[in-house]
Amino acid sequence: MERNRRLKRQNYYLLLLVLIIPVVSLFLGGNSEFGGADGMVVELIDEADRYTPWFDNVWAPPGGETESLLFSLQAAIGAGVLFYFIGYIKGKRAAANDK
Amino acid sequence: MTKKNLYVLLLVLLPTQAYSMHIMEGYLPLQWSVIWSLAFVPFFLLGLRSMKRLVALAPEKRMVLAMVVAFAFVLSSLKLPSVTGSSSHATGMGFGAALVGPASMSVVGTIVLVFQVFLLAHGGLTTLGANAFAMAFVGPIVTYLVYRGMKKTGVSLRVALFLGAFLGNLSTYLVTSIQLALAHPDEASGFMGAFGKFIGVFGITQIPVAIVEGLLTVVVVNILVSNDFIKENDLFSIKGLRLFKSKVSAHGTK
Repeated sequence: MERNRRLKRQNYYLLLLVLIIPVVSLFLGGNSEFGGADGMVVELIDEADRYTPWFDNVWAPPGGETESLLFSLQAAIGAGVLFYFIGYIKGKRAAANDK
Repeated sequence: MTKKNLYVLLLVLLPTQAYSMHIMEGYLPLQWSVIWSLAFVPFFLLGLRSMKRLVALAPEKRMVLAMVVAFAFVLSSLKLPSVTGSSSHATGMGFGAALVGPASMSVVGTIVLVFQVFLLAHGGLTTLGANAFAMAFVGPIVTYLVYRGMKKTGVSLRVALFLGAFLGNLSTYLVTSIQLALAHPDEASGFMGAFGKFIGVFGITQIPVAIVEGLLTVVVVNILVSNDFIKENDLFSIKGLRLFKSKVSAHGTK
């Protein structure tokens, strides 16, 4: 029990840090749109190498809205499964402790 | 029209850029695409075998695998702003390596990458081999080796886990930069010049993101430990899973 209380407290601190890092990054990044790092790489290749991609995406979301839909869906499915699992082992442990 | 409105309008009108940290479709010449795919195939097959063994050993493992994929899904959909003014995302591979071992992660990572190719147009089919090599093979292996190495030095297991996930994430982007530099060497300064350029874009952006990945890995492992799902000492070993199995059957006989 003592261990669990300690772990819980540790997790609060860690999650706080997880929040702080991107927020600080937002300020340090300054006046930027925070585009993807891979997009910048593509620009580098395009200008340095005069390279033209020889293969195109099989399918691309038609626009930003559909893209963000698919991204949220990915996050939602992931979070759903992850927390289902955590709930499952929590319930299992509680049931075992009751015996 | 105010300047601000103009920016907003531009933002809406500009074609959206794909934000993922993998090599984009078509950006590796054919020969490199083939080379990296061939290099990854043996590890994928090894991963399949190790996954089968896991599931045979402990059928509950399927649920753990699902959770590992889910964690990777969540993390790779969160594109975090970084200090350089660009965004990047974590991979979730370190966490998976800790729970199901680095070998199985080659399959898990490939699943995540394929999902992103077909539904999000991030990464690509022609670059799948290279991206999988960097993310699904090198990342988990580095995490595993760092964890093992740090454990020997006697630091706390959480510090070892954090460093493993942190360096695993960074190593993925290091390999990506190498792959890009090999395929697109600089005209004047050759491979090293190009490598410097690419690591300049990925490297600094990736550091805060890798720290977040390390922290979140420890958070979720903490949750699993406090619910008696896994013992801290059994991370990265198959023993941890056996333990889960025997406990389940022990409860069954009570």
